Amino acid sequence: MATVEIRDVRKSYGPVDAIKGIDIAIRDGEFLVLLGPSGCGKSTLLRMVAGLEGITGGEIAIGGRVVNTLEPKDRDIAMVFQNYALYPHMTVFDNMAYGLKIRGIPKAEIRARVDKAAEILELGRFLDRRPSQLSGGQRQRVAMGRAIVREPAAFLFDEPLSNLDAKLRTQMRVEIKRLQDRLRITSLYVTHDQVEAMTLADRILVMNHGVAEQIGTPLEVYQRPASLFVAGFIGSPPMNVLDGRIDDRGEAVLVPGGQRLPLPQPRPTDAGRPVKLGIRPEHMAVAAEGFSIEIELVEALGADTVVYGRLPDGETLLVRMAGIPTVRERDRMTVAPQADALHLFDAVSGRRME
Amino acid sequence: MKPTRFIDLVPHIVLIVGVLIFAYPIYVTLIGSTWDSGTIGRGGLPLWPGGQGLDNYAQAWAGEAGARAKYTPVRTMMLNSLIMALAIALGKIAISILSAYAVAFFRFPLRMAFFWLIFITLMLPVEVRIIPTYKVVADLGLINTYAGLAIPLIASATATLLFRQFFLTIPDELLEAAKIDGAGPVRFFIDVVLPLSRTNIAALFVILFIYGWNQYLWPLLVTSSGDMETIVTGITKMIGTGESANDWNLIMATTVLAMLPPVAVVVFMQRWFVKGLVDSEK
Repeated sequence: MATVEIRDVRKSYGPVDAIKGIDIAIRDGEFLVLLGPSGCGKSTLLRMVAGLEGITGGEIAIGGRVVNTLEPKDRDIAMVFQNYALYPHMTVFDNMAYGLKIRGIPKAEIRARVDKAAEILELGRFLDRRPSQLSGGQRQRVAMGRAIVREPAAFLFDEPLSNLDAKLRTQMRVEIKRLQDRLRITSLYVTHDQVEAMTLADRILVMNHGVAEQIGTPLEVYQRPASLFVAGFIGSPPMNVLDGRIDDRGEAVLVPGGQRLPLPQPRPTDAGRPVKLGIRPEHMAVAAEGFSIEIELVEALGADTVVYGRLPDGETLLVRMAGIPTVRERDRMTVAPQADALHLFDAVSGRRME
Repeated sequence: MKPTRFIDLVPHIVLIVGVLIFAYPIYVTLIGSTWDSGTIGRGGLPLWPGGQGLDNYAQAWAGEAGARAKYTPVRTMMLNSLIMALAIALGKIAISILSAYAVAFFRFPLRMAFFWLIFITLMLPVEVRIIPTYKVVADLGLINTYAGLAIPLIASATATLLFRQFFLTIPDELLEAAKIDGAGPVRFFIDVVLPLSRTNIAALFVILFIYGWNQYLWPLLVTSSGDMETIVTGITKMIGTGESANDWNLIMATTVLAMLPPVAVVVFMQRWFVKGLVDSEK
């Protein structure tokens, strides 16, 4: 158990900056999810913590000890890989025991630790099998078992569930959550799946183009996205973003359709300023007055319904309604956002306006 | 249906004809080794076994002299060939798996240059470099030694390439997982790479053992004493230049004996080979 501190960490490949200065202190026992689209640098950052990539600038400290120049084996971490990276010629037992064997841990203790991990992960019956004789979910569990028996300062997960089918992924997600509640080991978890991030994380670090867009709890990230990027990345279906302008008195936002949406609090200093207005589809509701849309597509998901509407100026507006559909395609309807559910972003920088 | 049956039949006929063409000379050799040299010498070799088999094999195996000439006993020549073939096969595998490991897994300056250097030697078969090689071996005093027989043939670009290609298919994550588990390069090689290469090693061993066993030109040059004779050169030396009649019965017995070790290697290693394939580990 330990903290992991990442201080102004940078990574360059020649002239290309892959990571442009990330700062975060991960608390002891905290589960941090690195979330972002492919190529945002999240895996690179994880691999730098693991010691599989060199650090161009900044410092990484695990348990208070700077590990920049330490070999992976000396960093007291364990990693779970996307493709499991199990040794194909070893049994499940040997796969889990290998790291302990190299470290010269007595046989009896290895046996005890592996048995314990196998019990937690329900792998007891498979200890004598080879990875090729296991299903994807079981291999995933072996990979986690290999990490658990090491009793490391930190777990590093590199998209561990992305090779599983959807049902198994949900199941393993719950298992990881349960495991984390039980073991409370500091974890860094890389994923591009927002559901994994929302459900597993104590805190999420949303990355884009090598920069931390936002660091916060799942609900903070959802309720108060720090930038347009985060707003668009978190939430499914994604947030609606409309061009707008704050009126001259700073009391409302004017959107091109002629709509005037009152602000919860007046912001006189921003009067006349162009903004991007974000509204989550689930915060729209049918109203007497508001956006008039022509319904283009209705997606019935069972528990709720997503309506794709077109505004008079051609913009698409998504509305999420509870229950089964009550409207049909090519109908018209009028919707309005909940007053307190408006997100304002700077039109140029895309940063959230508080 | 008739046409299908006919089509099924064709490959069988072709295969049977092929087998007959290949097997017939071996059959003649086998038969020849059971008759006395007189019968063969008259040119009337029957197609059924004679009664001289045991005598011929015993004489070829241990005897110093045939009816007309003096030979190195087959047991000496077989032992020499066995040592040479094993040294070449094992030496080639050891050297090439290590160099392939270096080229595939390590980043060092001039890595690709070294790779190409190894690759280029593919274009220089033994025959091309045989005179300088002979000079070096002679200067080192290795004429008429096992070292002289085997070492110049050990360097192998083909096996290095083969192992390199195989190593490139080992996922990077496996190496990284081993790094995190604390395995250094040597441990990773012994604990992971070698076991994964088992089937490749078995296949290469079969090919290289036969390659070593069948060496002709190099042993001919580098051995001059009868004690160091290998079986392949020995057989040709048993066949005279025409000044005297040949002990065809002994020559054929020797030939049959010379075939046995490669056949044994193929038969024995094939089990490993198939086992490795059936285990289906990637």
